[in-house]
Amino acid sequence: MQTLLQFTIDVLSLGGAYALMALGLVIVYGILKLVNFAYGELIMVAGYGLFLVNGSGLPWLVMAAVAVLIAVVTGVLTEYAAFRPVRAKSVTAVLITSFAFSTILQNAALLFISPRPRNVPLPDLFSQTVSFGGILIPARNLITIVASIGLLLLFAFLMKRTVLGIAMRAAATQFRMARMLGVPANLIISTAFAISGFFAGVVSLLWIGRIGSVTPGVGLEPLLVAFIATVIGGMRSLQGAVLGGFLLAFINTALNYLLTQDLLQFRDAFTFTLVILILLWRPEGLIRGPATGQRT
Amino acid sequence: MLEVTDLTVSYGAINAVRGVSLRLAEGELVTLLGANGAGKSSTLLAIAGALKSAGTVRLDGTDVSGWSPERMVRQGIAMVPETRDVFPDLTVAENLLLGAYARRRDRDGVAADRQRMFTLFPRLQERQEQAAGTLSGGEQQMLVIARALMSRPRLLLLDEPSLGLAPTIVDQIFAMIAELKRAGLTILLVEQNASKALAVADRAYVLRLGKVAAEGRAAEIAAASDLEHLYLGG
Repeated sequence: MQTLLQFTIDVLSLGGAYALMALGLVIVYGILKLVNFAYGELIMVAGYGLFLVNGSGLPWLVMAAVAVLIAVVTGVLTEYAAFRPVRAKSVTAVLITSFAFSTILQNAALLFISPRPRNVPLPDLFSQTVSFGGILIPARNLITIVASIGLLLLFAFLMKRTVLGIAMRAAATQFRMARMLGVPANLIISTAFAISGFFAGVVSLLWIGRIGSVTPGVGLEPLLVAFIATVIGGMRSLQGAVLGGFLLAFINTALNYLLTQDLLQFRDAFTFTLVILILLWRPEGLIRGPATGQRT
Repeated sequence: MLEVTDLTVSYGAINAVRGVSLRLAEGELVTLLGANGAGKSSTLLAIAGALKSAGTVRLDGTDVSGWSPERMVRQGIAMVPETRDVFPDLTVAENLLLGAYARRRDRDGVAADRQRMFTLFPRLQERQEQAAGTLSGGEQQMLVIARALMSRPRLLLLDEPSLGLAPTIVDQIFAMIAELKRAGLTILLVEQNASKALAVADRAYVLRLGKVAAEGRAAEIAAASDLEHLYLGG
């Protein structure tokens, strides 16, 4: 019983973080049908933002807000620098420019800060534990669960209830038609990148909250996780991204519990085997999403 | 109100529209006829700003050539594409709401127009909370026309509204087009079903291979014995 509770909390906290990572990637993919490979760097810049405001004496929540804001601004900048100039021309060009933007940001961090890990300020709460139902739970896991579920609900509400949210869902399936109804393309695309940056910023706080420091390559794993989660969940669907995030967390956590110490070092091999099996069974991902979806 | 001069649309090396000129007066219903591939849909999409084109498009004297589709909507042009393009996973009500995107701040006006659409198309009211992708073809056609009207256009571009619909539904759609014309809306109608289109239109243009092959009053075009010839060439 205690193991089950422990397991559930582990899955939910890892899954919440994964789901946010995946949503941040798929919100842009849904509109542009292009993967933003600089997504991991949005997570990185938020981490360095937190590192840079360290010692400013501001309350932690203000520093966290600044870090998230930096990710949002960088997200929108990615669009202006890497996507907008070449968007209409070729898919290959956008792949390359988004890789290039990612590399530039990583190298800037290497050059101007340091290749070595930098500690970021975290509130004491992140290192405390809570005793619940006879087990000890790190408070940061509970924070992750609450923050991610809260954000997922807020996001679902905004996408369903606001005109801009509805317009974004429409643009994800019929971009040209949405424009012919007066929905401005650039507004939709910039909003998608801003939301992507926002999720990356929050993920950064939660993710770096686990590891305690930031490195130039910190965004690689979240990018990979987000990519796999969206692929198994279904690239065209926001719900799919969330489902994929939780499923991937379930697989990883279950393997952590089941594998022996010798096998644990091969955990990723097991995970990817399962991912391949899922994709053989459902090549389009678990949730298919609308069939149309022209590129813009 | 609309004046198109020397419109040209190319897809790579293929010229779909080659120097088409046409004009519509306020309140007029003009139909654009022609065989498949004659360039009708491309002409409409180009006027709506959704396709790159050369030539000039003037709306009430303003040169709107090369404007983005979203700007065209604000200028009063609404387009119903042949592919219908309902937003399949949005509800009927959400689809209608987006039709009014360009005037979303006018909440009372939008609500009143929505009610007007429901009076015009009672089926849509019954299904307003249903995902648009689950509607029948005829209902989807009604939805896209209603959605276009939600922007309160001055000029409506209708592309093949009868495509793939059952004959009784087609009759309903044409009755409604005639009704919209009586209400004073200017309409440019592209149709495969020439006899139906000519029955409601004031004037007609016949396109062949991307060029205007004939134009005139609807009755004259309908009476012309060489309509088939115009369509098929020879």
